[in-house]
Amino acid sequence: MKSAVITFPGSNREGDVIRALRRATGHEPVSIWHQDMDLPQGTDLVVLPGGFSYGDYLRCGAIAARAPVMDAVRTHAAKGGLVLGICNGFQILVESGLLPGVLMRNAGLKFICKMQHLKVGRTDTPFTSAYSEGQIIKVAIAHGEGNYVADTDTIARLEGENRVAFRYCTAEGNTKAGNPNGSLNDIAGIYSERLNVLGMMPHPENLIETLVGGIDGRGLFESLSAFRRAA
Amino acid sequence: MKARVTVTLKNGVLDPQGKAIEGALKSFGLDGVDSVRQGKVFDIELSLTDKAEAEALLKAAAEKLLANTVVENYRIEILS
Repeated sequence: MKSAVITFPGSNREGDVIRALRRATGHEPVSIWHQDMDLPQGTDLVVLPGGFSYGDYLRCGAIAARAPVMDAVRTHAAKGGLVLGICNGFQILVESGLLPGVLMRNAGLKFICKMQHLKVGRTDTPFTSAYSEGQIIKVAIAHGEGNYVADTDTIARLEGENRVAFRYCTAEGNTKAGNPNGSLNDIAGIYSERLNVLGMMPHPENLIETLVGGIDGRGLFESLSAFRRAA
Repeated sequence: MKARVTVTLKNGVLDPQGKAIEGALKSFGLDGVDSVRQGKVFDIELSLTDKAEAEALLKAAAEKLLANTVVENYRIEILS
């Protein structure tokens, strides 16, 4: 698994993602700057980390989505390459058109920073094979704009095609009661049509050590590490 | 040439900030306030002189960056 992590001005979780990938895959991820035009040859996975790219000016992720490197990310995704966007990375993916919908201000208007339970969706994807379907995991959320909104047709398509990767829930698995930000259908993460692009608001990269609250985030990186692209 | 692009949320899109402002205005006793929707205004200076050309440029700017047309509408005005 050769991975590349993109840093935009204002990204701040790239170190955590690099550490999680290094730990799970045994390979050192390549660090890419937003002004780079190309991804390294043979890149399997591109990660857009969390943070506040361009200070969240205009709309979260809006300016980063138009950065030079994003053309290479689009090409990579079009060829079936894996793309993971976490938090601000998810916002960048919807702004760049790689995923549908939009992330609006949290319904309660507050920035939410806390531990959050999620229900895992399907597990036949490169991102979730190490989990079991319906498994409840505990990760962290830290966002002000995580309220997933899309038109009725888009939501129906996401649900019909089983493309909701994770839903917010309580520790007991109650999705509606566990929704922290007003997201439609309690959506915390979604896949692209071909399941090779995943965008999610929660931070699995921050839950990989018992010392800091749990290891439920490891599954995602272990899934990626175990994934072998069909030749 | 001076122009203004106004970006507003589409009808039906929840606007919690507008709601909060609406609540604050109502709490001042401004009873005539029905509802508030928050938007953005971009004042743009152009080096162009042709109006049609300017409008085409502003449309591109709005669609490419200034507005997220999934949830926002935009309006272009040439001011002078």
